[in-house]
Amino acid sequence: MAIDDLPRTPRRQFLTRLAGFAAFGAGASALRPARAANPAAAQALVQQVLSEIMGIINSGRSEAAMLAEFEQVFTRYADVNVIARSVLGPSARTASTAQISAFTAAFRGYMARKYGRRFRELIGARFSISGARDLGNFIEVVSTAALVGQPPYEVRWHVSDRSGSNLFFNMVIEGVSMLAVEREEIGAMLDQRRGDIDRLIADLRGMG
Amino acid sequence: MPGFFAMFLLGLVAACSPAPLGVEVWDPYEAENRARHAENRAVDTALLRRSAHAYGETVPEPVRRAVGNFAGNLSLPGAAVNSLLQGRPDAVVENTFRFLINSTLGLAGLFDPATEFGLHGRPTDFGETLHVWGAPEGAYLELPFIGPSTERDAVGFVADIALDPVRILLPRDARGLAFGSRFGALIGDRYEYSGLIDSTLYESADSYAQARLIYLQSRRFQLGDESFTTYFDPYEELYGD
Repeated sequence: MAIDDLPRTPRRQFLTRLAGFAAFGAGASALRPARAANPAAAQALVQQVLSEIMGIINSGRSEAAMLAEFEQVFTRYADVNVIARSVLGPSARTASTAQISAFTAAFRGYMARKYGRRFRELIGARFSISGARDLGNFIEVVSTAALVGQPPYEVRWHVSDRSGSNLFFNMVIEGVSMLAVEREEIGAMLDQRRGDIDRLIADLRGMG
Repeated sequence: MPGFFAMFLLGLVAACSPAPLGVEVWDPYEAENRARHAENRAVDTALLRRSAHAYGETVPEPVRRAVGNFAGNLSLPGAAVNSLLQGRPDAVVENTFRFLINSTLGLAGLFDPATEFGLHGRPTDFGETLHVWGAPEGAYLELPFIGPSTERDAVGFVADIALDPVRILLPRDARGLAFGSRFGALIGDRYEYSGLIDSTLYESADSYAQARLIYLQSRRFQLGDESFTTYFDPYEELYGD
């Protein structure tokens, strides 16, 4: 509206340039590849996660103790807030802040139990990191697990520092994205409960 | 003649429409697939899971391993043929040498000395051959007894039975042994991976959708099919950046 109605004055030129600059700025920020963690820092994070997980697995403690420790690893190194909001999908937008934080806590425990139980299969495995690459919005760190008598398998970690520090938000195990699997699963759980987040939160506490 | 056979199969796959771009899961037969899934799950509950537990708990580990090795060895000639059809000479050599070593030093395949020589083998199948030849994945399918598949992999499955050198060359009375060992290996795998299988089939809210997602992602990964790789960025969705 306004700009074209204005007479050709320095003021109009100024506004045009401002609009142009704003448009350019918006475009540039959409294309901006930065903001992702740097590959070396992401790799160090994954190294740390792997050594802590392997330490827990090989500690020989009880399963309950190990699962509690896995949950701490998730709390420290995974962006659980973002993962939890993401798996909630569109419901995250209508949920209250209290519901989001209760869901996040319940989901963290569920994730630690569900994936922690599976970590047992990694006893004796040797992980090595083969590299990290910048995928634009985040860093992908590629690790390989060598298991005795089995072909090696690959775990990719997606790391971002968008929430202020380097945290991983996805694990891709032999091509299977944990985030995709959990988005679908939590979506199905919500459907079963007709979108009732409070029921989902209560049920999640005993699942995984 | 093999050329004609290949053309025939490609024609068969081409008859299935290609998956629309940007759609990660193409499942136009979902209703039928879900019905098959319910049946497969019932078969697993009634038969497979129970036999797998009995097998795993009564048969000692070294014997189970030998059964798995034996069946795995019998899959190598077929893998070598597919590697050849895919134009991958290094995989042909690896599968062939693995078969020769394990069939001799490994006492007819009961042991696996080839792995110690670094010959892990390159498992492959006709579904992969079709992929290499450019056939599209097609629609998702859940097959009776077989489980998750795609139109391309279902055609590959049938072709693998037809092409299998072991089935063709083995004397008639040895075929029962081959089939039996494969069934044993299947039950052994069901036992070995019971954690993953039970959690997918019995503990998830929608086991059909979970099996479909896991199958499609791991199959594409195995085929190195990057055309489906869409990296999901949750921050984009949340911060709308």
